[in-house]
Amino acid sequence: MSIKVDNVTKRFGDFVALDNVCVEAGGGALLALLGPSGSGKTTLLRVIAGLEAADAGTIYYKDENVTSQTARERNVGFVFQHYALFRHMTVFENVAFGLRVRGWSRERIRARVSELLKLVRLDSIEHRYPSQLSGGQRQRVALVRALAIEPKVLLLDEPFGALDAKVRQELRQWLRRLHDELHVTSIFVTHDQEEAFEVADQVVVMHDGRIEQDGTPHDVFEHPANAFVMDFLGNVNVFHGRLQNGHAHVGGLELEYPDYPHSEALQAKVYVRPHELDLDYARGANGSLKARVERVNPAGSVAKVFVLSEEFGIGVHVELSLERYAELNPRPGDTVYVSPRRVRVFVPAAEEGPEYVI
Amino acid sequence: MATTSRRVLPGFTASLSVTILYLTVLVLIPLAACVMKTLSLSPAEFWAAVWTRQARAAYEFSIGASIVSALVNCVLGLLIAWVLVRYEFPGKRILDSLVDIPFALPTAVAGLVYSSLYVERGWLGQFLVPMGIEAAYTRLGVVVVLVFIGLPFVVRALQPVLESLEVEAEEAAAMLGASRWQTFRWVIVPLILPALVTGFSLSLARALGEYGSVVFVSANRPFVDQIAPMLIVAKLEEFQYGEATAIAVVLLIMSFALLIAVNVLERWSKRHYA
Repeated sequence: MSIKVDNVTKRFGDFVALDNVCVEAGGGALLALLGPSGSGKTTLLRVIAGLEAADAGTIYYKDENVTSQTARERNVGFVFQHYALFRHMTVFENVAFGLRVRGWSRERIRARVSELLKLVRLDSIEHRYPSQLSGGQRQRVALVRALAIEPKVLLLDEPFGALDAKVRQELRQWLRRLHDELHVTSIFVTHDQEEAFEVADQVVVMHDGRIEQDGTPHDVFEHPANAFVMDFLGNVNVFHGRLQNGHAHVGGLELEYPDYPHSEALQAKVYVRPHELDLDYARGANGSLKARVERVNPAGSVAKVFVLSEEFGIGVHVELSLERYAELNPRPGDTVYVSPRRVRVFVPAAEEGPEYVI
Repeated sequence: MATTSRRVLPGFTASLSVTILYLTVLVLIPLAACVMKTLSLSPAEFWAAVWTRQARAAYEFSIGASIVSALVNCVLGLLIAWVLVRYEFPGKRILDSLVDIPFALPTAVAGLVYSSLYVERGWLGQFLVPMGIEAAYTRLGVVVVLVFIGLPFVVRALQPVLESLEVEAEEAAAMLGASRWQTFRWVIVPLILPALVTGFSLSLARALGEYGSVVFVSANRPFVDQIAPMLIVAKLEEFQYGEATAIAVVLLIMSFALLIAVNVLERWSKRHYA
C-alpha cells in the first residue's frame, strides 16, 4: 500500500518540526528518512503513524485519507527506537498482544504467533521476558510484534540505533530480506547514511523540518542536491574557494568552472569526497595541491591518509585503495601532490548551485 | 584469619547495633511488656476478655472498615496520582502538597472536623442527611476518616511508578490496536500492581492502628461502630489493665497476620509483574 504525505506542517509551540513536507512511498517500497537529530524525521514518522496530529496537510494510505484517523484505527506496524516491549509479558505474549486485543481465539493466536516466531527463529525463547533478551533479540521481537497484526504499513523509528555495530549490520540485512519476503510498504528513520543507503530503495534527506532531497540511494549519493546533503552524507572535504573568469580557485588549485564566466569574484564552497582524491609524488596536469603527509591509517578496506598544505593551511582527508596505497607507500613527512578526480561546487548565495564535475 | 572488608562505606557493625538497639527499645520491649501483662490472666480469664460478642464485633468492624478504606484508597489514590503525574494544570503543586496533609495533621482534628461537617446541621450534613447519607457517628463516618488518613500512602507509593512508566509502551499498545481500556487493563495495571499493593498494605496498616480520629467520628456503639482500640480504652477506664492488654495482644496478632498476608501478596505481584 502506498503512502502519501501531502503538505504536512507540524509545530510544537514556536518550533516548526515539519514545514510543508511532501513525501510519497510507492506500494511495497522501503523508504529511509535520513537526517540529523532535530530534522523532523521522527515527527514525520509519528504523523504518518497517527501518534501525532498534523497542524496542516493530509496523509493518504493508497487513496484513503487517514488524516483524522487515530493510531489505533490505521492498522500500522510501528517499531519504537527503544523497542517499547511490554516488560511484564513474555516474548510470546508480546507478539500475541495485537491479536488478543482483536479478540482472536487462543488456538488461532497460538498458531499464528508460533508460526511468526519460527519464521524469525525466536521460537526457542518464547517464554523469556524482555529483560532476559539481548538488544538484537528485543528488536526482532518488537518487529515481529508489529508484523503480527498484518499491518498495511510498517514504520520503524531508528530501529537499530541502540545496538552495537555488528548486530546492527546483521539486523539491517535481516530487515531487508524480511521486507523482500513480505513486501509491506515500510518507512524507517535513521541518522546513519550508511544504513539508509544499504537498506532502502528510496532515501529522503531531511533538514530543519524540510525535505532536502528525495531519490534513490545512488541519486542522492552521486548527485547531492545541495551543500547540506553533500555535507550530511559525511566524509567530505570542504574548501572555501573563489569563482572567477570560469575558474574555481581553491588554495593552489585552479579548476575549470565554465558555469561562472564573470570577472567579479564570488565566494563558493568546494566539496571533495576523500575517495575522489588522489595522491602522487609528481605534480599533476590539472594543477594540484602541494602537501605534507601527516597521518596514515591503512587499517580497513581503504587506506586513510591525512595531508596538510602548510602554504594554505588546509588539511585534507584522502582515501586510497589499498593497491594504490601499496604502490605509493606514503610515509608521514613525505611531500605529495593532491589532485581531485571530481569536485562539487555550491555557491552559498544560491544553494541550488550547479554541480561541477571535472 | 581476619577477613578484609571491601565495602566502600564502613560501619556495618555499628549501624546494625544501633538498629537492633532502637528496635529493641522502641518496639520489642513495649510489645513484650504488653504480652507479659496479659500473662497475669489465666487462660480462661484471657478468653473471657478477648472473645466476648462485643469484642468480636469490634474486631470485625476494625478489620472490615480498614480493608474497605484501603480499597477505596486504591481507587482514589490511583486517580489522584494519575492526575498529578500525567497532567499539567495550574495549582498542581499545591494539590500535590495537599496530599500530604493527612500525614501531618493530628488525626483527632480530622475526626472532629469530619463529625462536625457530617452531622445533621453541619455544612455537608444538611444536604447529605436528608438524602439518607449519615456520615457522622456511623460506620460510614469511620470508613470516611480512615480513607482520609490512608490516602497519602497510596498516592505516594504510586507516583514514582507512574512517572517511570514509558509512554512508548502505551503508544505501542495503541498501534497494535488496543482500546484505552485494554491498554489500561493489560499494559498499565500489571506494571503498577506491585506499587498499588504496597500502597494498599501501608494504608491498611495505618487504618488498623488508627484511634485518634475514629474516637470523634464514631458514636462508640457496641456491635455498630465501635472499633477494637476503643474497647481497650473502655477496659482501661474500668482499671482492667490485664483485659485491656489481652485485647491489645489479640489485635496485635490479627494485624500481624493481616500484614504478613499482604506482604505475601506484594511479593507475589512483584515476582509476577516487575
